[in-house]
Amino acid sequence: MTEVREEYFYSKEHDWVKIDGEFAYLGISDYAQDELGEIVYVDYVKDVGDEIKIGEDYASVESTKSTSEVFSLVSGEVVELNEAVEDDSEVINASPYDNGWIIKIKLSETVDTSQLLSASDYEDFLKTL
Amino acid sequence: MSELRKTAFYDLEKAFNGRFTDFGGWDLPVRYTSQVEEHLTVRNSVGVFDVSHMGEIFITGRDALKQVNYLVTNDVEKLVDYQILYTPMMNKKGGVVDDLLVYRYNDEKFLLVVNAANVEKDFQWMLENNKYYTVIENESSKYVQLAVQGPKSEATLQKIFTDVKLSEIEYYNFKVVKYKNQDIILSRTGYTGEDGFELYFFDNIATEVWTKIFEAGEEFGIKPIGLGARDTLRLEKKMALYGHELSDTINPLEASLKWTVKFDKKEFIGKEEVLALKGKGKLQKKLVGIELIDKGVPRHGAILKNDKGEEIGFVTSGTKSPSLNKSIALAMLNKGYFKLGTEVFVELNKKLRKAVVIKTPFL
Repeated sequence: MTEVREEYFYSKEHDWVKIDGEFAYLGISDYAQDELGEIVYVDYVKDVGDEIKIGEDYASVESTKSTSEVFSLVSGEVVELNEAVEDDSEVINASPYDNGWIIKIKLSETVDTSQLLSASDYEDFLKTL
Repeated sequence: MSELRKTAFYDLEKAFNGRFTDFGGWDLPVRYTSQVEEHLTVRNSVGVFDVSHMGEIFITGRDALKQVNYLVTNDVEKLVDYQILYTPMMNKKGGVVDDLLVYRYNDEKFLLVVNAANVEKDFQWMLENNKYYTVIENESSKYVQLAVQGPKSEATLQKIFTDVKLSEIEYYNFKVVKYKNQDIILSRTGYTGEDGFELYFFDNIATEVWTKIFEAGEEFGIKPIGLGARDTLRLEKKMALYGHELSDTINPLEASLKWTVKFDKKEFIGKEEVLALKGKGKLQKKLVGIELIDKGVPRHGAILKNDKGEEIGFVTSGTKSPSLNKSIALAMLNKGYFKLGTEVFVELNKKLRKAVVIKTPFL
């Protein structure tokens, strides 16, 4: 069964964001990791200290078969890349919502969640696929 | 968009939770569970691929041997009955129409097994170049094909085909066996670099044969294998994939397939063009293997550069190798960079990654 986390927000590209005060964590959904198969490498195109805007790509996620870019759902400054993912990117397969987060951003503006899919919106969207 | 073609095994693959993809107009499983696990299953035990999308073209007639030999670069004259040959088939501009397997039944009957995406193109090409007035028939829609691959493939199949001693079928040889009064072509070939068999038969016994194979292989942990693992398995062994290492514009010498081009043959299409490239230092580009030193996964089409930032080639196929656990690629490199140990750079996500030319096959 594909898991959808309650308190997270999503995009139709299967990215998620978890807002934690002035910070946000970004990653890919359980559905996305399952579709991609084993993730062998995450190639960050943004580094700590870089500015990032909504819709900008921050990494490319390499599975055994394909490459997918992942996009930011928020704007701000990159404050951390997940070391666990850099060491062994299969952590995304094992734990897409917790240990497998990909990037941490310090928000530069309040997140307009009405522009994102809630967990139940995302669940409904998954049913259409 | 026209509807995707389904093979006779589609429902069986669905039942195994296959993840399907559009592969040249065919709806085929790219993987079932884990691609890496499937890959290692074939290396260590036995796995089953549905390759029914492959094409089967028969060439028959008094001059069938001459005709087939005229179409391909390798030497068909060397074959004895029930022997198989891998060969490119060239166009008249130095490129390759397709790479294929030639099965000799006798000197008047040959089966040519061609790539799915090229069946129509190949068939037309053969008809247009039917110099010796043979009968050329495209039987692709009649045949299904399963590849049973891995060190336990003989033990698996021996339980089903009890009338034949499979150990007597040598590599690149085949036998036509009876299964409940139906013919099955049992061919000791494959696209994985492991021991294995490819089975060709008509679709009315598809479900039955599939089921028998899985029953027989159960004790070895047999698994269905998707196209994803098929690609990493063949890549580790440097087996060419048409559209990547070979194409209408890449010649067999550039693709490192010199061993399949027999220059001393009296005639074959493309002979003049390929002769012009023979000899030391004549090739302007060539296929080599590279290993990434920096992190990243090289992909088809990625650009290669030298230390001055000049473009020197491109990746034809690349992956993170499940057996070796490192990033490898085949690359078409310009002259001057063929030597083992040469340092090159692969452009991935706008960054240059260090790589080195290494020996192939990778495994």
